[in-house]
Amino acid sequence: MTPDDALRTRLDEAWRDPPGLWGFLTTVDHKRIAARYIVTALLLMFLAGVLALDMRWQLSVPDNDHMGPQLYDESFSLHGSTMLFLVSVPLMEAMAFWLVPLMLGARNMAFPRLGAFSYWLYLGGVLTLWIGHAMDITPDLGWFEYPPLSGPTYSPGHRADIWAQMITFTEVAALCASVNIVATILKMRPPGMTLARMPVFLWAMLIASIMTSLSMPAIMLVTSMLISDRLVSTHFFSPAGGGDVILFQHLFWFFGHPEVYIIFIPATGFVSSIVEAFSRRPLFGHNVIVLSILSIGALAFGLWVHHMFAVGLPRLGNDFYTAASMAIALPAGLQIFCWIATMWSGRPRLDTPMLWMIAFVATFVIGGLSGVMTASAALDLQLTDTYFVVAHLHYVLIGGALFPLFGAFCYWYPKATGRLMSERWGKVALTGIVGGFNLGFFPMHLLGLMGMPRRVYTYPASMGWEPLNQVATAGSAIAVAGGLVFVANALISYWRGAPSGADPWGGSSLEWATESPPPPWNIAYAPVVHGLTPMWNGSRPLPVMDGLADDHRQVLITSVTDAAPLYRQTSASPSIWPLVAGLAVSAMFIASIFTPWAVPVGTLLIGITLTGWFWPRRPRAKQGPLGTGG
Amino acid sequence: MSGVPDIEIVGSLADLPTSATGARHLVWWGNIGFMLIEGTGFALAAASYLYIMTQAPAWPPRSDALPGLLWSGIFTGLLLLSELPALWVLRCAHAKDARGVRWGSLVMTVFGFALLVPRGFEFAHLGVLWHQDAYGSVVWLLLVLHTTHIVTELGESAVQTAWLFTHQIGDDQFADVDDNGNYWTFVVLIWLPLYALIYWAPRAV
Repeated sequence: MTPDDALRTRLDEAWRDPPGLWGFLTTVDHKRIAARYIVTALLLMFLAGVLALDMRWQLSVPDNDHMGPQLYDESFSLHGSTMLFLVSVPLMEAMAFWLVPLMLGARNMAFPRLGAFSYWLYLGGVLTLWIGHAMDITPDLGWFEYPPLSGPTYSPGHRADIWAQMITFTEVAALCASVNIVATILKMRPPGMTLARMPVFLWAMLIASIMTSLSMPAIMLVTSMLISDRLVSTHFFSPAGGGDVILFQHLFWFFGHPEVYIIFIPATGFVSSIVEAFSRRPLFGHNVIVLSILSIGALAFGLWVHHMFAVGLPRLGNDFYTAASMAIALPAGLQIFCWIATMWSGRPRLDTPMLWMIAFVATFVIGGLSGVMTASAALDLQLTDTYFVVAHLHYVLIGGALFPLFGAFCYWYPKATGRLMSERWGKVALTGIVGGFNLGFFPMHLLGLMGMPRRVYTYPASMGWEPLNQVATAGSAIAVAGGLVFVANALISYWRGAPSGADPWGGSSLEWATESPPPPWNIAYAPVVHGLTPMWNGSRPLPVMDGLADDHRQVLITSVTDAAPLYRQTSASPSIWPLVAGLAVSAMFIASIFTPWAVPVGTLLIGITLTGWFWPRRPRAKQGPLGTGG
Repeated sequence: MSGVPDIEIVGSLADLPTSATGARHLVWWGNIGFMLIEGTGFALAAASYLYIMTQAPAWPPRSDALPGLLWSGIFTGLLLLSELPALWVLRCAHAKDARGVRWGSLVMTVFGFALLVPRGFEFAHLGVLWHQDAYGSVVWLLLVLHTTHIVTELGESAVQTAWLFTHQIGDDQFADVDDNGNYWTFVVLIWLPLYALIYWAPRAV
């Protein structure tokens, strides 16, 4: 029994967006918001890739004059800031926005308008950095802009301010997204989906979001302190005034290290979903994987000093952080063993998404091993600021997060579009990206061991680094070509791909219970869950409950641990206020680069827009001093 | 639609209520989420204070006066007092007492305005300006952050009061009043360690 046409019509009426541009600006549909997040981030990934290729061109021969030092500094700063702040984290949030409600059998996120607000602020951060670049105000101090170099003395102008405010934008967006994701997962699970029956994907998104809430305040605080040092002459980071530049590093890495896991942990969710579906058996060691993610989430907050081994901290401190950094390899290793055991004991199907998972395991293990090496303070002192670190971080971030993301893209693409991507071209793209990546980045380990420092715009021929650099450049070009095939495959399949049906892969979780692409209301009835793999229930029909409103937007709220139904909540309708509030916040952030008065004036503006946003529409009071009588 | 699995209706949600209070309500969790974020921000700002303090040869630096205790004491007393109407409004919200939440929210708003007076004098009696040294910077940071909190809470209470007096109050609005009351308590509690840090840490070292 599927929803009849009358029910579909009523649900369409209640949940559809207004048509045209107004609908585009006011939508609170989590799928539309996530899709624009993904498209924006993929465009930026392309731009960052072009920058990378340009830098590889510069480094392919010694004494190259394709770029000068300033342009090179700007290129790696723009590349790193874009990839870390505007691509990796937002893409993971976008995947959560898109998938979490579908995987819960829910009709929208907990706070739909907050989701829209997150995107607009994220876009504000994107425009700040890239319009700044177009106006030649490009940050040029790397993706972490340490003072004193970024302070008022050594960085006049506004390059550092652009970087700092871009971060404020994206972090406010990420914090709003994380609250939204946590509330959705904790309070909107379908009846029966107790915490013990929650898929790993949802655990991963929950833990990554809690980590975001606990780590991103650190970067907002530290960039605000930097801006105030630059704008109103505070002395947080000026030793002459009693400040301390190392404080910046502590606060930055208190965010920066968990950030690596905020990117990686959602990827473990993708891997768990895909490995389970393509191994055609329930995930081996579900509880072990969940506990591993939890312990990675906790340990990630105790490692930040390993980014600072070279600044001259006390020996005992270094020893502690060496031990803690090595300890995190244990839960990460346990996860890898569980995924391999799932493949080993299942009946694996080697379609493109699964091949990405295998590429992930191989690449991430290499990145993990070089991580264990650099966790040693003694060895790190030799390797820090060399190409070894460049190799390590790309193996971890590209191998550990982007490969699972590419696999996830291929896996859920049919759900989003109703069409299958070409398997043949998918495999061509995978071969190009994975092969080119390893060819491009593995030699960098050796270059680092040979002493080539990172962030140099050129090197003399006498160093003997040319052959490996040429291999690296060739690898990067192959990887970028593979990326173009991937994008072309996605674009062409959007129009020409074979229809996928609701569940082309035989997936185990609830997003496959609805049609592809899902309608604005996602699913007609609230599913009832009896196990970890609700879609694998033999040939029995999917148990569901009716009774949610079909004449207005309504969602089911359940209890935190047992997912027992509690009440039915009205879900927010489309609104222009998230965009207006986003504009007010943007005006304040941008103006505060130039004047501190932006803060009080901006606060007032934001207050007005938030009042418009939250003003409930209800009848006027009849009683009370301001009542209308009657 | 192609491939959508067959379903079996095993129950109905139609009898569920359309609102809830306290931790059962969805928005309560959003409120907790933002408290967690802001609490982390305050904790890290306090950690920055302690970090700079441990690096300094004297605290406060010899050229700076100790922060004044009079206005900060008045502020702290008034803030603690403001918790009484906040708790009373919470009780009214749980009892769905429209008159109680209207007048209680008004009293909270008045407290919000009143708090700004001693807070203003607190800034004037800190004994240091933000640009004098790192001690001044971090003390101003803590006080500005908390003032942002007070202003936010004042704004929220004022708007809520205006709405409550002019509209019919539904269950979701009682839940909003509940959230605002909880947030007020959070603002009060956060201040206590900050107060100890700003005014008593320099006297203790």
